[in-house]
Amino acid sequence: MATTAYEPYEGTKLERLERDAAQAMARYPDTRSALLPLLHLVQSEDGYVSPDGIAFCARQLGLTTAEVSAVATFYTQYKRHPNGEYTVGVCTNTLCAIMGGDAIFDELSEHLGVGHDETTEDGKITLERVECNAACDYAPVMMVNWEFFDNQTPDSATQVVDRLRSGEPVAPTRGASSVCSFKAMSRVLAGFPDGRADEGVGAGEATVVGRRLAREKGWTAPAGPASAESTDTEASSAGQAAGMTRGRDSSVDQPAAPPQGGTQGGDTGRGTDASKES
Amino acid sequence: MSTTLSPVLSDQWDAERSWTLATYEQGRGYRALRTALGMAPADVVTAVKDSGLRGRGGAGFPTGLKWSFLPQPDGGPRYLVVNADESEPGTCKDIPLMMATPHLLVEGVAITSFAIGCTHAFIYVRGEVLHVYRRLLRAVEEAYAAGHLGKNIHGSGFDLDVTVHAGAGAYICGEETALLDSLEGRRGQPRLKPPFPAVAGLYARPTVVNNVESIASVPSIIDRGVDWFRSMGTEKSAGFGIFSLSGHVERPGQYEAPLGITLRELLDMAGGVRGGHELKFWTPGGSSTPLFTAEHLDVPLDYESVGAAGSMLGTRALQIFDDSTCVVRAITRWAEFYAHESCGKCTPCREGTYWLKQILARIEHGRGTMEDLDTLLDVCDNILGRAFCALGDGATSTITSGIALFREEFEAHITGGACPFDPVASAKFDYTPRNRRADVHALSGVAAGTVGA
Repeated sequence: MATTAYEPYEGTKLERLERDAAQAMARYPDTRSALLPLLHLVQSEDGYVSPDGIAFCARQLGLTTAEVSAVATFYTQYKRHPNGEYTVGVCTNTLCAIMGGDAIFDELSEHLGVGHDETTEDGKITLERVECNAACDYAPVMMVNWEFFDNQTPDSATQVVDRLRSGEPVAPTRGASSVCSFKAMSRVLAGFPDGRADEGVGAGEATVVGRRLAREKGWTAPAGPASAESTDTEASSAGQAAGMTRGRDSSVDQPAAPPQGGTQGGDTGRGTDASKES
Repeated sequence: MSTTLSPVLSDQWDAERSWTLATYEQGRGYRALRTALGMAPADVVTAVKDSGLRGRGGAGFPTGLKWSFLPQPDGGPRYLVVNADESEPGTCKDIPLMMATPHLLVEGVAITSFAIGCTHAFIYVRGEVLHVYRRLLRAVEEAYAAGHLGKNIHGSGFDLDVTVHAGAGAYICGEETALLDSLEGRRGQPRLKPPFPAVAGLYARPTVVNNVESIASVPSIIDRGVDWFRSMGTEKSAGFGIFSLSGHVERPGQYEAPLGITLRELLDMAGGVRGGHELKFWTPGGSSTPLFTAEHLDVPLDYESVGAAGSMLGTRALQIFDDSTCVVRAITRWAEFYAHESCGKCTPCREGTYWLKQILARIEHGRGTMEDLDTLLDVCDNILGRAFCALGDGATSTITSGIALFREEFEAHITGGACPFDPVASAKFDYTPRNRRADVHALSGVAAGTVGA
């Protein structure tokens, strides 16, 4: 299986990695900060954090292999055995689990014949239960190589893994126009862009639901002093007065007379501030 | 009169190619940076202090005050580190913000760095959001090319480098000192405080660590002023924030509103709780905040009011669960999360979360005893306030509040010998659980089709 073998750290591979490592280390005032990127880099070559990869990181950073291993084993994204071409992670934290994530994981587990953190025999899919991935408004969520597959069902998830296994390009809901391999993803995470930032959408439906509702209803934040492009003092102070009026109009609970004379003190501070800003 | 939405951070989220510099500059993009560069750095700090902006990452500490804790410059480096490790269960605001408008964060980073005298800032983004990392790298690249970052920014003499750093999967790295250790290339474990990061942070130098949403709010304060910002929200919880509705709600998503809005108002905007169901419980600010119920629908969602009602505003991660949900299942799953994510540094959290998980699991599956409930509360009591960092405290929040609010439901699992709820009822789709299928294998091998995802 291709994923279990890796090229030895010598010759062109070593030269290339040393160049990459130097570039990663140059991003930080202290080179040890490059350890996480370097571990991602090792995974981009070997498909996991290989023993030789650990030794490579240690040599680059002047650490012991024990120190590197201690770090590598702390983080869940660093794999201690060869990963599949695609990590398929189903969120089974509370909200996604209840919305159907548990059912999706069970379905995939049965369909693929693997459990958590196990890889299919063809080396294509590593199935994982993942923790909250900050897309709860799209629950249940599935991640493929850490791209978002929103609002999943057991059927949609099964179709995604089938297509991945058959080698078809598969597009995430929010992300690049197709999912890249685990190795390609790891190289990006090491800080080497793949030029795909402009692919895909800016936001999904749930992200903009509030924004669109505000447009429909004509709701806006107060205009503020800089509603005109002019930044001269007169426009600024006039604008600020308007801003404050709008504030009073809003129903937001704003005590008329806050304790500790907060309003008065605040007003003085704000006056000073306004003059500084203009 | 009800509160309305106030899109500021989310203003451009629905714009065409919203993530590009070109789109950002069609709006107010980088205008505030130019304004700030014309001010004295101390005045920028004062403006943010006076605005009343409080940390949007959960703790609610005043942002400007945090900046002002930095010691006087001694000629050595000072750092800004943005906490973009959004991982608190239920929290889903920073990731979409950075995907849709990464320049909002980059501009905030530039202004904040100028204010605190930082010439090398870091954005620590969790490693599990590939496309967000791509967008941030690209935004920083574009900002350099346009002269918003780099040497002598807009002729001001101010230099700034920004490094976007990807984590590798660890909830604990959202804790600011664990994040710093991780950024230094170590295991992400929290540090003993004091010294606080303001005094000895990244590489033991003075450091400000702020949440994405806090930093992204800074340009608007500089651009539109302190009074404008304070015209929204409440006296002590000024301004706006992103409220993230998820779960059993008709239109889940991001709703940006003045602090002090209520869940009742937000639910009205979001089409209410899932049709045919009633609200059962919810988290006001993620899984580390004590649970609320329908009794709390009118609590103003600001720091003080939520605190007075017995919970925490946290990250405004409003996870909504309706009457089909088993509260024991929900809390057990969260407990499993904390046990998984405990860094192991301190005994109360490492051992406590391990036992909480075990005890809850046996209660959920009908094998618990009444005594287990007291043991749970006792373990929580031995974690709360005794753990090294806030992770341990957070692990107890839903358990103690859940038992207080729903004790009879825990007892029903024990006396009934099983969970009385049907998981299918709470899912978003209909399905047959594996253990109820006559022949599970008959249903496998679904034909490969094409999916529109």
